[in-house]
Amino acid sequence: MILDLYNYWVVIFLMMSGFYTLIASNHLIKKIVGLNIFQSSVFMLYISMGKVAGGTAPIAAEGIDTYSNPLPHVLILTAIVVGIATTSLALALVIRIKESYDTVQENEILELDRISDEETQA
Amino acid sequence: MSAINLLIDIVLLTMLVFTTIAIVRSRSLFAIVMLSGIYSLLSANIFVVLDAVDVAFTEAAVGAGISTVLMLATIGITGYEQKKRRSISRITPLIVVFITGAVLVYGTLDMPAFTNPSNPVHEHVAPRFIEQSPTEVGIPNMVTSVLASYRGYDTMGEVIVVFAALIGVLSLLGIREKKTDPVYTEPPPRPILQVMAKFMIPFIILFALYVQFHGDFGPGGGFQAGVIFSVAIILYTLTFSQQDAMDLVPPWVLKRLAALGVLIYGGTGVVSLLKGGNFLDYNVLAHDPIHGQHYGILIIEFGVGLTVACVMILIFFAFISRGDKNP
Repeated sequence: MILDLYNYWVVIFLMMSGFYTLIASNHLIKKIVGLNIFQSSVFMLYISMGKVAGGTAPIAAEGIDTYSNPLPHVLILTAIVVGIATTSLALALVIRIKESYDTVQENEILELDRISDEETQA
Repeated sequence: MSAINLLIDIVLLTMLVFTTIAIVRSRSLFAIVMLSGIYSLLSANIFVVLDAVDVAFTEAAVGAGISTVLMLATIGITGYEQKKRRSISRITPLIVVFITGAVLVYGTLDMPAFTNPSNPVHEHVAPRFIEQSPTEVGIPNMVTSVLASYRGYDTMGEVIVVFAALIGVLSLLGIREKKTDPVYTEPPPRPILQVMAKFMIPFIILFALYVQFHGDFGPGGGFQAGVIFSVAIILYTLTFSQQDAMDLVPPWVLKRLAALGVLIYGGTGVVSLLKGGNFLDYNVLAHDPIHGQHYGILIIEFGVGLTVACVMILIFFAFISRGDKNP
């Protein structure tokens, strides 16, 4: 029972750690790291589901008749590369935020926003 | 799954859990970035145990390689330390996370057992891919046949997303070329690293080409090869200088090549349309459908590799040219 679902529970733990880092952290880069952990826990879930008992890697070879499921592998392979592309976009935004606000702490950014809002209203 | 594989799986997953706890608890950003590199490498090992060799390849090159370098470049600009935050309650996030986690765990109780061959996920299209693809597409690596042929349209979308992310990064950051004459000192600033890098770069590029063109038969393909190729250039940039690397592969050439890769992919689809098939139906590319599939996969994998390599190098250039303290 525990062994049957161990992979899924680890995935849930990782996902929740990423989620916690995302919502509880004050630093934008740490938030992105949390988002990455969340993302890769989904990768782990898909790959775990693709595994077949007694199977091998899905590359056809003589004398092997059980293969793991290739479909999740395809989905995740492309997702990883798209993931790094979107992460780099997020990091680029963080750099621009640093340049205009001179901070990457979320509470300080919100504070600066509040001050500038009050100035425009006044 | 044999007992020893299960044991390795469990041990690696437990190590992953501890790495994650360390990431969540650490305050030093440098440590966090390094730990997330370790996290990626551990994930890659787990993917190998779970038979996903192509995915492991990609994760090792992307997660442990490029992602770490990009994160380091960013914290080089934004600063290494997190400031102490005024004591804001951590209780609310914890409650949210625990409730969500509990609901998810409750959901897993109904899930079929891990590695059971009769799981629903193995019942739908997967048997057809496994049984038909070696004869229908004619290449042994089923991941490549599904990626490049059966789901070729999907993969084209992914390549376009990668390209769009490049456009986003370039419009946010741009690449600043410093037109200064490089200063050569004697001895060079990092002699040991430079000699070792010069020794390794040809092998990295050779390996990338092998992964690119052998992806039909073994683990590999355009995505992995592109990332590995860009790692060679990134290594060159880190050990020599940004200016040296930009002289070697000028950004204006890379920008055109990245677009060309997408064009090759889409163009293959258009050619198959013009030859009377469906979009990205490689059967019509040659007289023999199997040969057509071979040509089609080879060409679009080349397009993917070209785009991914150029995009990764350009994103890296954009990040390092932004910082002032970088070489």
